[in-house]
Amino acid sequence: MNFETIVGLEVHVELKTDTKIFSPAHAHFGAEPNMNIHIHDLAYPGSLPTLNKRAIDFGMKASMALNCDVAKVMNFDRKHYFYPDNPNAYQISQNDRPVGSNGWIEIEVEGKKKKIRIERVHLEEDAGKLTHPGGDYSLVDLNRQGTPLIEIVTEADIRSPEEAYAFLEKLKAIIQYTGVSDVRMEEGSLRCDANISLRPYGQDEFGTKTELKNLNSFNFVRRGIANEVERQEKILLSGGEIEQQTRRYDETTGQTVLMRVKGSANDYRFINDPNISEIHIDQDWVERVRAEIPELPDARKQRYVSELDLPDYDAMVLTLTKEMSDFFDATVAAGADAKLASNWLMGEVSAYLNAEQKELNTTELTPEGLASMIKLIADGTISSKIAKKVIKELIDNGGNAADIVKAKGLVQISDEGTLRKIVTETLDANEQSIEDYKNGKERAVGFLVGQIMKATKGQANPPLVNKILLEEIQKR
Amino acid sequence: MTLANKTTAELQSLLHTKEVSVKEVTEASLARIARVDNDVKAFITVTEQGALARAQQLDSQTTNNRGPLFGMPIGIKDNIVTKDVLTTCASKMLEDFVPVYDATVIEKINAAGMVIVGKLNMDEFAMGSTTERSAFKRTSNPWNLEHVPGGSSGGPAAAVAAGEVPFSLGSDTGGSVRQPAAFCGVVGMKPTYGRVSRAGLVAFASSLDSIGPITRNVEDNALLLAAIAGEDHRDATSSNREVPDFKAALTGNIKGLKIGVPAEYLGEGVSTEVKNAVKEALEMLTSLGAEWEEVTLPHVKYASESYYVISSAEASSNLARYDGIRYGYRPEGVKNLEELYLRSRSEGFGDEVKKRILYGTYALSANHHEDLYVRAQKVRTLIAQDFEELFKKYDVIIGPTSATTAYKMDETVKDAMTLYANDILTVPVNLAGLPAISVPCGFDSGLPIGLQIIGKHFDEAMLYNVAYAFEQATDFLKSAPTIGEGDE
Amino acid sequence: MTQFTKEDVYYFANFAKLGMTDTEAQSFAARLSEMVNFGDKLKELDTENIEAMTHPLQLFNVLREDIPVDALNRETMLKSVKEHEDGMIKVPNIL
Repeated sequence: MNFETIVGLEVHVELKTDTKIFSPAHAHFGAEPNMNIHIHDLAYPGSLPTLNKRAIDFGMKASMALNCDVAKVMNFDRKHYFYPDNPNAYQISQNDRPVGSNGWIEIEVEGKKKKIRIERVHLEEDAGKLTHPGGDYSLVDLNRQGTPLIEIVTEADIRSPEEAYAFLEKLKAIIQYTGVSDVRMEEGSLRCDANISLRPYGQDEFGTKTELKNLNSFNFVRRGIANEVERQEKILLSGGEIEQQTRRYDETTGQTVLMRVKGSANDYRFINDPNISEIHIDQDWVERVRAEIPELPDARKQRYVSELDLPDYDAMVLTLTKEMSDFFDATVAAGADAKLASNWLMGEVSAYLNAEQKELNTTELTPEGLASMIKLIADGTISSKIAKKVIKELIDNGGNAADIVKAKGLVQISDEGTLRKIVTETLDANEQSIEDYKNGKERAVGFLVGQIMKATKGQANPPLVNKILLEEIQKR
Repeated sequence: MTLANKTTAELQSLLHTKEVSVKEVTEASLARIARVDNDVKAFITVTEQGALARAQQLDSQTTNNRGPLFGMPIGIKDNIVTKDVLTTCASKMLEDFVPVYDATVIEKINAAGMVIVGKLNMDEFAMGSTTERSAFKRTSNPWNLEHVPGGSSGGPAAAVAAGEVPFSLGSDTGGSVRQPAAFCGVVGMKPTYGRVSRAGLVAFASSLDSIGPITRNVEDNALLLAAIAGEDHRDATSSNREVPDFKAALTGNIKGLKIGVPAEYLGEGVSTEVKNAVKEALEMLTSLGAEWEEVTLPHVKYASESYYVISSAEASSNLARYDGIRYGYRPEGVKNLEELYLRSRSEGFGDEVKKRILYGTYALSANHHEDLYVRAQKVRTLIAQDFEELFKKYDVIIGPTSATTAYKMDETVKDAMTLYANDILTVPVNLAGLPAISVPCGFDSGLPIGLQIIGKHFDEAMLYNVAYAFEQATDFLKSAPTIGEGDE
Repeated sequence: MTQFTKEDVYYFANFAKLGMTDTEAQSFAARLSEMVNFGDKLKELDTENIEAMTHPLQLFNVLREDIPVDALNRETMLKSVKEHEDGMIKVPNIL
């Protein structure tokens, strides 16, 4: 029997506000334990929550970017459970009326486009952090307590680990474009749980699902889901039944591991928080927030294809992060050819960033710098080969390509007389290659060009070299 | 000289001319506490050192810009947090809890130049109506030490009645300022919900809790409310309504005042003496130019049920934070987290608190949420609408504050009708978020009776003026308990 | 009439993290039964189309600007904490 994979994701995204959602303490990553705290974060007797306006704006912004309906009226609810990282013994969240609902985003897997529906986006507070130093106790740090989060809950529309991966990449890109979060999984500002079930093809009802936690990277999400699908498949094929469980992905073994059996579900005893006023969102507020949303990845992609004639693939890669896309736009605006700019950003620049584990904005390269180099290539001042040297210089030290070329004497040799002399000398020294060429070995030309480039330290104008080389060979 | 018998205005003029110092006023209060509090047991903590230091500091300030409450001693119910001063909520759970911040009302009291002399007893976490549920001590009614002072603000009411302090702050979730004020023969105001910031009031039921002043007379009460009222950015449910000059509203003129008297408030369960006192009060008000009519509040008979569901539900949520981890009671020698929770909470909370937490947990549980909790909130709407209807026609609603005078200690009220009558007299006001004042209107066997005047949202000025007119036209203000007089 | 059993009490006490002995649970069972039956009186009323009142005042959009204030001093905070280590609050084993 064949099974269809059914996946729904719950993604938590930390919002990049200056203060916490219900207290005016700093909401910053990485402070000393318990330094970013306020009486409310400790649930001191008599303390009251005060709602951060920017957190609402950000929740609205994310909701709109995810094509959700924004609530006209919303409120905050207390969700009760005891845990040391949850000082009030309730988390303030949105149960009844979330900020966003009925949204979707479009993903593309193996060339096929698909909409993944988003059930809801709700605002809530993050919990503190619990560490286990070993021994018979744990330690509580409440710095993170109260950091604003949005929880994005998808419908069970995802049908493969690859779709889940594509969804997360797209979601990350969109959220990052809106600027409401850093969406860094490694810093915990994006966290993802997956609900996974299988059903025989053709069946309407869903099978029993398991919830998968501890997915610390997009790759782990993909592998974790794949492994869980495999596990469930084995059980079903051997005639067993899936138990409703919460499981954890073990990165080292690549397996999912049982955390707890659900069953005796907690009763969260939701209550509309009497300390927080209702929020009424009118059209003006919606429009004001909407105006702050920049062009999103899909729209940019579209524009790159239709206005700049970039291939789909280029447009897709360039728009994966706002940083790259903004850089590309600025490079084109600085006068660079779009396709060349795309080639360089996707090629040399990305390779360099990957190799050095750097981000575009932590290098010295500027859009103007890159554009200046592309212009030198286009007008034949430097070859692509030379440009590879120039780009390293631009990335490491910044500045303008023309200055670098001048200072380092990297100008392309385009003088026919000079080049012909070098070509002649090279041919004189490589009689065998001429022979080979005449015997039909085209590759010999490549070897000869290589020798000429070597002799000119790569500064020879390649098309010109080709032309002269062929002329000279014919003469022999 | 018995400074304790001087009016606030008299003291202000003595302070202004430096005939009397803040230190002397404070010392007089502390001396009175030393003399009578062994009997009354109103105080959990007396902040003698702090009060004297504060008094000295106030004495050294210039006489400019002094408000009408400058130098006045005040006692604070022990569920209002005071920085560096023990705040227990009369619970073992917070037996050693020293807050790191001041409640907004405390900041305002300090800004008004008042002197806090101590923290006052109450029912544990304000759950009760006799102050017998304090984990530490039982406060006596200064009019008869064998009787309770009412509750949960029994300490604040008794301290004022016994002349220990002229001012105190209580809190009122279902009658906890008004009922003890009535039992102790003093003036107690439960302001409109949102009139006074709750920041720093240890929450019992957040949608019902109000901080309110308790004083010897109406004018003092108006002054104290004016000092503590107003919008507070720390409390999102505080109102931005302008705070009027309550004292200026005390004209004593109530000609043409329209009074509604709900039949439900003078029904079964209310003692004959209380009924008579209220009727006499209505006659007095009529003689001053007011008119009254019997009216009806059709849904108040459900108020008690609605109140217990909502207040217990909110309490179960608000009191969940007491887990033995960050502050408060923490048992020794626990082996794991679960044991820490169970033991902290079972050893730290008293029986009544646990019962309400359990009931609230039940009311909020998935199977009962809609049918009990949400239903209670809907009934709350109906009760609020009843009042709204009446206030279209009447300026104030009047009835007794309590069905009887103060009970004898240990004498649990068993009569269902009396319990029921007590609840419907006070809790509807909290459910509807209205202001209401209790002012002395008579005695029965030496124990005071309170008249309750209920007003429209934010119409405290009207309540003060009606209460003032009544107070000025009667002699009840002149009566005081005789406690401590023999040994002077 | 709802009659609470000891087990019912334990069920709710578990959510509320209230430890108790069997005798206490028995006593709470009786008192809770009373309260619940008392509360059942609300069911006499038709509340079908009535809005639930969650806040006594009709306030909305009471919001704070996103501006940090000074943090609560950690040492001050730790004064009320019975057990702590490295600036963190100590709790016994989760299990």
